Amino acid sequence: MDSVSDLKSKEIKRATLNELVEYVSTNRGVIVESAYSDIVKMISANIFRILPPSDNPDFDPEEDEPTLEASWPHIQLVYDFFLRFLESPDFQPSIAKRYIDQKFVQQLLELFDSEDPRERDFLKTVLHRIYGKFLGLRAFIRKQINNIFLRFIYETEHFNGVAELLEILGSIINGFALPLKAEHKQFLMKVLIPMHTAKGLALFHAQLAYCVVQFLEKDTTLTEPVIRGLLKFWPKTCSQKEVMFLGEIEEILDVIEPTQFKKIEEPLFKQISKCVSSSHFQVAERALYFWNNEYILSLIEENIDKILPIMFASLYKISKEHWNQTIVALVYNVLKTLMEMNGKLFDDLTSSYKAERQREKKKELEREELWKKLEELKLKKALEKQNSAYSMHSLLSSASAP
Amino acid sequence: MSVANGDDSLYLIATLLDELRNEDVQLRLNSFKKLSIIALALGAERTRSELLPFLTDTIYYEDEVLVALAEQLGTFTMLVGGPEYVHCLLPPLESLATVEETVVRDKAVESLRVISQDHSPSDLEAHFVPLLKRLAGGDWFTSRNSACGLFSVCYPRVSGAVKAELGQYFRNLCSDDTPIVRRAAASKLGEFAQALELNYVKEELIPLFCSIASDKQDSVRLLAVKTCVHIAQLLSQEDMETLLMPALSQIAEDKSWRVRYMVADKFTELQKAVGSEITKTDLVPVFQNLMNDCEAEVRAAASQKVKEFCENLPADCRENVVMTQILPCIKELASDTNHHVKSALASVIMGLSPILGKDNTIEHLLPLFLAQLKDECPEVRLNIISNLNCVNQVIGIQQLSQSLLPAIVELAEDAKWRVRLAIVEYIPLLAGQLGVEFFDEKLNSLCMAWLMDHVYAIREAATSNLKKLVEKFGKEWACATIIPKVLAMSRDPNYLYRMTTLFCVNVLSEVCGQDITTKLMLPTVLSMAGDPVANIRFNVAKSLQKIGPILDNSTLQSKVRPILEKLTQDQDVDVKYFSQEALTVLSST
Repeated sequence: MDSVSDLKSKEIKRATLNELVEYVSTNRGVIVESAYSDIVKMISANIFRILPPSDNPDFDPEEDEPTLEASWPHIQLVYDFFLRFLESPDFQPSIAKRYIDQKFVQQLLELFDSEDPRERDFLKTVLHRIYGKFLGLRAFIRKQINNIFLRFIYETEHFNGVAELLEILGSIINGFALPLKAEHKQFLMKVLIPMHTAKGLALFHAQLAYCVVQFLEKDTTLTEPVIRGLLKFWPKTCSQKEVMFLGEIEEILDVIEPTQFKKIEEPLFKQISKCVSSSHFQVAERALYFWNNEYILSLIEENIDKILPIMFASLYKISKEHWNQTIVALVYNVLKTLMEMNGKLFDDLTSSYKAERQREKKKELEREELWKKLEELKLKKALEKQNSAYSMHSLLSSASAP
Repeated sequence: MSVANGDDSLYLIATLLDELRNEDVQLRLNSFKKLSIIALALGAERTRSELLPFLTDTIYYEDEVLVALAEQLGTFTMLVGGPEYVHCLLPPLESLATVEETVVRDKAVESLRVISQDHSPSDLEAHFVPLLKRLAGGDWFTSRNSACGLFSVCYPRVSGAVKAELGQYFRNLCSDDTPIVRRAAASKLGEFAQALELNYVKEELIPLFCSIASDKQDSVRLLAVKTCVHIAQLLSQEDMETLLMPALSQIAEDKSWRVRYMVADKFTELQKAVGSEITKTDLVPVFQNLMNDCEAEVRAAASQKVKEFCENLPADCRENVVMTQILPCIKELASDTNHHVKSALASVIMGLSPILGKDNTIEHLLPLFLAQLKDECPEVRLNIISNLNCVNQVIGIQQLSQSLLPAIVELAEDAKWRVRLAIVEYIPLLAGQLGVEFFDEKLNSLCMAWLMDHVYAIREAATSNLKKLVEKFGKEWACATIIPKVLAMSRDPNYLYRMTTLFCVNVLSEVCGQDITTKLMLPTVLSMAGDPVANIRFNVAKSLQKIGPILDNSTLQSKVRPILEKLTQDQDVDVKYFSQEALTVLSST
């Protein structure tokens, strides 16, 4: 497709579109019933298209420049017009719903895969307006977004519009009525939480975390499954992601209820204990920064008898061994804070530290012994089988010998 | 079948079951991987009554553990007591088949497929089919997806009434609300078709196929292409024409480029499946459209298939079709704006020469080859050069040699080393085809220049190049042309190039033989034993170790051994090591 052909016609079109945008924004009473059909047709004809293959097949959204839409000078005006149409005080959803139907919305959602961020930005606002004004389409929109996300998580790991869709969802979740419907809770646990495993998490993590926290503010009983879900998907090799997860945990802890905290403190602090002793200093630092958070400190203090035993071993170890001096300094501060919270427990743990390590080593040896015995057992059985087979064989052959 | 020493084994087993519940993931994973040992220790009965229920109940493990479990269970038939009891494995596998993580589900389905073979037909109907039905009716998409993979293994072996039921379930999955399930069903449609009776295929499956081919989502429609290939293999020619071709033509003109791309990608498979008659009437126009498609991706995929498609055309019309219908499109593609398209075309276009014959090749194809040899994209030029064989057989390479040389030289000096590397690797082939005079005159200096390239990979390739050239052109030629130059490099101020001399000697000595090695190459090698750079000195030791077997004993003793012995007294530790090693090896032979 040649972008410099037909320049005169393109200019005429652009001028006309501009006129339309002006007209709709400055005049009242111009959006008449008879115009709806043509308006929607014009918009569909211009924006609904199969998105072409990417010019850059190895497009990395974090590093590369996106391929911009060639016909943007026109499309931008069409989107602008569409928005003003939707936002006009004369706009009547009851008439428009004949034309802005499920098929229309489906095609709109597919456009979110556009590589051009300007287009996605417009689409975000457009879809948000449609969701707001067309109550009959809401369930359908949520379902389609569900399908897009499922495909993203489980099949392709590629979709350019995840952040934009999550932004819309953020405000949708904010508006959910209580008690939350089962459909919404399922969406949280089976779509939003698994979405944390995506490779390109950095592009939409802020929006994703916002959605998760919104859910928890609506229904605090979701705290335990959410945190267990995050712990299940905790990054094992990507430190950048680990830092993001720690940030999200802190956001969740900021709004957590003390009763909910008690339910998850053990598994959570086991993970934090591992993070704190990570050799990647950014991860360790981010985890240690939890101790700068007043509210978290108060929660820890309230539950110090459970938390200190979990944290103690790794903190003690790093204070002696970590390569990064900043981390060691932070750890000393944390140890001091914890000691002030419960001095006796702290002393007990210090004195039993060595004994604990010995016990663990002994268990390790016992385990290895166990497996060795098992292997021998397996060999013995195999041998028995072989022997019996052999003796059968010799029995048979001697029986059939002439 | 339990172990003789009872108490000991009970303790063992209790601890093992504890291991499976251990907090540390790694330990748990290890235990799960050795599940078969645990089952063996327990014996078949206790495996069935204790181990399996335990595994079914505690499905809250990490995905790595679940994958190990799913895999192990597929091998458990004998461990639970044989085919009679194999259905006991179904409950844990059913849970695994509903898990979120795709890898776990896929393994579970695989294992289910394997153990279905061990079920008797009555067991299938009593246990396996109900499992399938439960999965197919599950409310989250994961279980419905898993169900799709289980139809083809049990259908052939169940009774008529059950078959009808299974058909209905599969139909429902193909029109499921969730696209992700429709995709799973669509991808298994071909496999299912092959398990069905022919009339059922015609009545029930073809309509399903058509609905998939016109699905709202392009991700579902593109799966119809592969299915088409499978179904076509089952139908007669008339059936194909009436039932399948309309849908196929529709797909080939789909508005989504991804679907059209799939058609182009699988085109030769389609061609084989539908047979020569239908190819002639229906597929040729389709192929033309794909070659003229508006999206470069589709054109590139079609170009990739040009040679194979033409080769598989029926003999009676092949030349005609290619000349009148395919060739015009190819001429357009050869000057396409997108370099992937040109590149794909360049890699196969030469394969058309045998089809067209000498005269047509010279008149129509040769201009294209020559144009592509001058293309601005190095990949295009490389692809032409790498396929010269086909042309050589038809018209002889002399026609091309005028244009060939500038193209080779330009590629040989390309800024990107991978391009240079590719051309280096083609040189022996070209040399063989162009003959020794052409080579000496034009390519020799290039080959020597590569020995001094600043990228190691090029130097290395150039070195092994020399060996192949000597194999082609003979020892005398080597003495006259390349050996003097190789030896001259030993005096280069840069030690890397001096090392190249040694590497060359390593490969050349084998092909040149004892005489040449001893008289011409050995003296230089020995002289380098006094090089100021340690790397050179220990490589001398390595070279001597390598060429030692080729030399005769007196040379070894009088010339090689003293040098090596001197090197063992060198101040550098590596030099000492390698020279000692060389001495050891040479003494033992």
